[in-house]
Amino acid sequence: MNATVNTVLFGIYPYVAITVLILGCIIRYDREQYTWRSQSSQLLRRRQLIWGSVLFHVGILVVFLGHLVGLLTPIAIFDALGIGHGFKQMASMAVGGAAGVISLLGGLILLHRRLTDSRVRKTSSFSDIAILALLNLQLIIGLGTVFASFSHLDGSEMVKFMAWAQGLYTFDLAAASYIQDVHWVYKLHLFLGLTIFLVFPFTRLVHMLSAPLRYFWRSGYQVVRARDRRARGSARAS
Amino acid sequence: MSHLLDRLNFFSKKNVGTFSDGHGVTTREDRKWEEGYRQRWQHDKIVRSTHGTNCTGSCSWKIYVKGGIVTWETQQTDYPRTRPDLPNHEPRGCSRGASYSWYLYSGNRVKYPLVRSRLIKLWRDARKTLAPVAAWASIVENPKKRDAYTKKRGMGGFVRADWEEINELIASANAYTAKAHGPDRIIGFSPIPAMSMVSYAAGSRYLSLLGGVCMSFYDWYCDLPPASPQTWGEQTDVPESADWYNSGFLILWGSNVPQTRTPDAHFYTEARYKGAKSVVVSPDYSEAAKFSDVWLHPKQGTDSALSMAMGHVILREFHVDRQVKYFEDYARQYTDMPMLVRLVKKDGHYVPERLLRASDFDGDLSQDNNPEWKTVALDRKSDSVVVPGGSVGFRWGEDGKWNLEERDAAGKETDLRLTLVDESDRDDVADVGFPYFGNREHDHFQGTEHEDVLVRKVPVKKLALAEGETLVATVFDLFVANYGLDRGLGGSNVAASFDDDTPYTPAWAERITGVPKDSIITVAREFARNAEKTNGKSMVILGAGLNHWYHMDMNYRGIINLLVMCGCVGQSGGGWSHYVGQEKLRPQTGWQPLAFALDWARPPRHMNSTSFFYSHTDQWRYETLGIDEIISPTAPEGPWDGALIDYNVRAERMGWLPSAPQLKSNPLELADAAEAAGKDPKDYVVDGLKSGDLQMSCEDPDDPANWPRNMFVWRSNLLGSSGKGHEYFLKHLLGTSHGVMGKDLGATGGQKPDEVAWHEEAPEGKLDLLVTIDFRMSTTCVYSDIVLPTATWYEKNDLNTSDMHPFIHPLTAAVDPVWECRSDWNIFKGLAEKFSEVAPEVLGVEKDVVLVPILHDTPAEIAQALDVKDWKKDEIDPIPGKTMPQIAVIERDYPNVYKRFTALGPMMDKAGNGGKGIAWNTEVEVEHLRELNGAVTEEGPTKGMAKIETDIDATEVILMLAPETNGEVAVKAWNALSKFTGREHAHLAAPKEDEKIRFRDVVAQPRKIISSPIWSGIESEKVCYNAGYTNVHELIPWRTLTGRQQLYQDHLWMRAFGEGFCVYRPPIDTKTVKPIIDQKPNGQKQIVLNFITPHQKWGIHSTYSDNLLMLTLNRGGPVVWISEVDAQKADIVDNDWVEAYNVNGALAARAVVSQRIKEGTIYMYHAQEKTVNTPGAETTKRRGGIHNSVTRAVVKPTHMIGGYAQQSYGFNYHGTVGSNRDEFVIVRKMDKVDWLDRPSTDQPEPAQ
Repeated sequence: MNATVNTVLFGIYPYVAITVLILGCIIRYDREQYTWRSQSSQLLRRRQLIWGSVLFHVGILVVFLGHLVGLLTPIAIFDALGIGHGFKQMASMAVGGAAGVISLLGGLILLHRRLTDSRVRKTSSFSDIAILALLNLQLIIGLGTVFASFSHLDGSEMVKFMAWAQGLYTFDLAAASYIQDVHWVYKLHLFLGLTIFLVFPFTRLVHMLSAPLRYFWRSGYQVVRARDRRARGSARAS
Repeated sequence: MSHLLDRLNFFSKKNVGTFSDGHGVTTREDRKWEEGYRQRWQHDKIVRSTHGTNCTGSCSWKIYVKGGIVTWETQQTDYPRTRPDLPNHEPRGCSRGASYSWYLYSGNRVKYPLVRSRLIKLWRDARKTLAPVAAWASIVENPKKRDAYTKKRGMGGFVRADWEEINELIASANAYTAKAHGPDRIIGFSPIPAMSMVSYAAGSRYLSLLGGVCMSFYDWYCDLPPASPQTWGEQTDVPESADWYNSGFLILWGSNVPQTRTPDAHFYTEARYKGAKSVVVSPDYSEAAKFSDVWLHPKQGTDSALSMAMGHVILREFHVDRQVKYFEDYARQYTDMPMLVRLVKKDGHYVPERLLRASDFDGDLSQDNNPEWKTVALDRKSDSVVVPGGSVGFRWGEDGKWNLEERDAAGKETDLRLTLVDESDRDDVADVGFPYFGNREHDHFQGTEHEDVLVRKVPVKKLALAEGETLVATVFDLFVANYGLDRGLGGSNVAASFDDDTPYTPAWAERITGVPKDSIITVAREFARNAEKTNGKSMVILGAGLNHWYHMDMNYRGIINLLVMCGCVGQSGGGWSHYVGQEKLRPQTGWQPLAFALDWARPPRHMNSTSFFYSHTDQWRYETLGIDEIISPTAPEGPWDGALIDYNVRAERMGWLPSAPQLKSNPLELADAAEAAGKDPKDYVVDGLKSGDLQMSCEDPDDPANWPRNMFVWRSNLLGSSGKGHEYFLKHLLGTSHGVMGKDLGATGGQKPDEVAWHEEAPEGKLDLLVTIDFRMSTTCVYSDIVLPTATWYEKNDLNTSDMHPFIHPLTAAVDPVWECRSDWNIFKGLAEKFSEVAPEVLGVEKDVVLVPILHDTPAEIAQALDVKDWKKDEIDPIPGKTMPQIAVIERDYPNVYKRFTALGPMMDKAGNGGKGIAWNTEVEVEHLRELNGAVTEEGPTKGMAKIETDIDATEVILMLAPETNGEVAVKAWNALSKFTGREHAHLAAPKEDEKIRFRDVVAQPRKIISSPIWSGIESEKVCYNAGYTNVHELIPWRTLTGRQQLYQDHLWMRAFGEGFCVYRPPIDTKTVKPIIDQKPNGQKQIVLNFITPHQKWGIHSTYSDNLLMLTLNRGGPVVWISEVDAQKADIVDNDWVEAYNVNGALAARAVVSQRIKEGTIYMYHAQEKTVNTPGAETTKRRGGIHNSVTRAVVKPTHMIGGYAQQSYGFNYHGTVGSNRDEFVIVRKMDKVDWLDRPSTDQPEPAQ
């Protein structure tokens, strides 16, 4: 691949995508609170939703966490912990592959439901269908990279991606060059991933940011307001 | 400022404490999210409107608008307060009204003009080369093209069209029809103007300017109780619901107040708190039954047996054995009871004939004016025969003597004799025969074995009349004899004890009705005793449960008799409260000129719908009821032959009932033809009819020359709700797929009519064009050729009134009509404009010959006094307006229809306005309107006239011209009435002379109407509105033959059909079950049940029955109710899909099995749309069927009487009614439920 193109796609595009992601989310969160939701279609039809949604979410959460930890943890930490590159490569292929299959299965069920169920189809926007298609495509390509990885089970390629990702958040201007020569299927996967970042604020994916995690360690079951001037003041100011 | 930044408060402590062992926390979290809930109930504005559905509620509502969207509605609470001691009117409203806003944005909303795609393709094709009217001609004159779309009615295929194009199509169809067939082939059906008067007026004004026909509804709906015009000469007048509170004894009879009169029900509760006793008469344990102290549940359809027995008790205890002075005085002054009746010999005994008239005496008892129309009585003071003032003869042709003062024609005080029972008073005792129908066999109704003619002893007087000595009796004595009371005169068929088994004792009634005789005696006794103690504060609220039977007159007259015996009518807290149909169009006389374009031409074309649909949906071809089944054994000699429709034809011919279409010839061509023949058009028509050159359309309704061609339906769901004989409509009027399973008289060999031409092949598809205007996709819309999207009740300006309260309400536009909807006013205005554009292709200024029946409240209403003579049979000469319809020639300015539509025409200045027989000048009001609405400035025939451009302009016309909303007019109207009565009445309106209610006033707050002589009650600070109040307290006669409440109906046809006096008549046998019960087995058990169609809880007629919220509260689709016993017999369990069918058709519904229902009946709440969750019926293989799929209209000859004082035609006042409760159906569980979810081409053929 031409070095300039490579730089644009993997040196510049990531910053564009992440900037849009952050700014987009902030603006949407501030201006369009009522759109900040997962838009569940469960009320319209339960059929297929439970299997599809659970499979998809379980799989994608594992895949997502795997990518997060695998790519962003500095290589030195793995080395210090004594986790070999080959082992890491094998582990990520195995776990990621399995989770990817589960997720893809769920994703395809969801996509089928979204396209064929008349009620769900009627209430779907372009972005609802597009993002689901995009995620499924990304899962397929992601599973494709597992096969590509069989040709370098030593983890050498994986290290390149870690260097690239860590280069991005350390503003290493040469980051793109680390993956200049990897297999095209990886590049396609990266590009699509960045694109998902780019469109993230315009889709229902924003619900990820508002997962009610705190609910699990909430402290009380009855919540009352403090008779506190500051608190009342802020409510009134709105 | 920023949701995100505000949440970045990780360093401040949010939870500031805990309680309840840590289960609760006190926090300082951001509360902004609560705004969402607050905003949920915020809105931009509130607009006052109401629900213009056929409901007597007329409730004022607040419509909330937010961001240009109607969001919800709540009840208004700003009605003017009532006086102290009377509960306030509010809150008014019910769950149906509260769910209305759902419609505005629902999937069921008609959003664009829709047209059958096959039709619009033909039209576009034709329009490429042809002018509009010629284009329409090219389609309908080509049978193949016509069939292409008419045969597909009801099978989908609608596409969007734009207003311009569709208006041109409709206008061209109208112009073509007027030119080719006559404007009386353009028919419009819209009911209940009171629910949205301007919307009604829009269409009727358009039609009237064309010369089209406006169809009646009150009679067709069977909401009209013919007993009311018969007894009072009044369409229907009833107390407002607040007057229930003034009552001491309330009977609810076949009326389900909490369910169907929900906003008024609180007065009933309050009356009970005040101490009123409550009796509910209903076969089923209705919602009303829970109000009752006593619940009587007679067998359905036998109510008159019950009321006759109650009358028997009251007569015995309050009139015969003991006389109550108040009751006697009331009977003497306000009823026909003192009037004398001739007795004539028949079969060895006497029968009551007509009321004696002044003309029967030598010298006419010195009456020069109308002696044939003046009834006579015996005066105790002078001991002679006198002519009491007030009879109809005094109403017309002379001034000042038409009143109920106790004086004779000469002004001398009288004391009329009620009875001749004392030996000293009578000359003899005669054997008089009364017909008895309770012995007729019926598979489902218990009869008794008494004779056909019950001969009883009646005290009589011998009078020397012009024709010789004649026996006469008072109405009272005959009336008492009719009830079978032994008065010590001996003879048979009379009872001395309530336990005797003689008609009409309580013991007899127990056999017929199943109600224990002790209950009957108790209720009757207490009812009368309360009236005795309170001077008439006993009331009966009665409804459709009684009125929808074929012999509804008997059900009603039985009750009316009770009320009159006890002096209850016209007394606050007492009387007859028939709440069926929102009949009270309070500003009626202001509305009529607008609605029927009386400002441009009079008279308009009106038609009684029952007769119209009976002939034009060819239901007469399937008639099973023979005259011999209903004729009286005491009928006078006469040609009582033929079929039911023959009587209708005779009635039309004699000018008793209207006709539409009128003549076989085009009425636009008659004037020219007359001129060519050198004759006056009137003479031309008379001679033509006499010679047979001209024919009335009613004599051959199946001839294409007599078909109705264009039909508009607006504000109505004719095919989904009121269309009795639904499947016949589909087959013959529409010509599409249908579920009729019976055979016509041609195939069954039944008796064919004498007067009507029989075509072996019945026409299918009489209508060229069916246009429906609605806001929701109703069953009627589905079957139409064109559906026009109209504004909802929250999107237009209009007026609304009710009989239940005295207020005028507005409908106001909360938002503009959504999508491409337009208000009815604008739709018809647009049509008028287009019509004026296309009409000149074939029409100019034309002369239209209009046939008008003999109308009630006009001098013509006294047509044939003593006998019935038919000119067609050469018994009498045809005299227009006397022995045949009146004939009028009217100029139609077709190119200027639009200009006329939008301006108040010159007739208001010239001819004035009026109603109910009185007239007044309106020049002042016209001038005021010119100032208020502005004058037309454009050159043309309307320049300088008051504008009627907008719907608000139209409301102002109504309000300005009506005495009820313009005090100045009210005073004028009362003064006009004073001329007739010779008494001063203006004091009733004088305090409000300066009051003028305008549209903006009623928008600000509902306004109470002003007392007017158009109605028989008054608005005052002292009494509630109560019907008959001014008759009793102002001595204004009832508009009947005697001028009094008329309990004896002496018209020849009334006597012939045995209804001179009220009698018990069992339901008729419609014979719809036997021919089919074994023909279509599906393997399930069958049961035969009486098909009852009451008003429902989850809809107002079909409106709301397709509303998601109401469907959710019920079962989400069509249901029928059956008793547990019947369900068990047929192996039906709750929620099963069942089919109900007979020869008329079939319907599919889920069964609700309930102990509430009386064994032997099946209830189907009427008008559940077949557009929602309705599968096909097994026998017809057609979707659903609606409740009317198993009914067929059967007309009754006594309702056709005309030209006889109170029994004269009036639009929605009198005429045949569409009864439906005598019907039986076969009910069984469905074997297979077929949803017919296939293209119509794959539908199975119905088994014929």
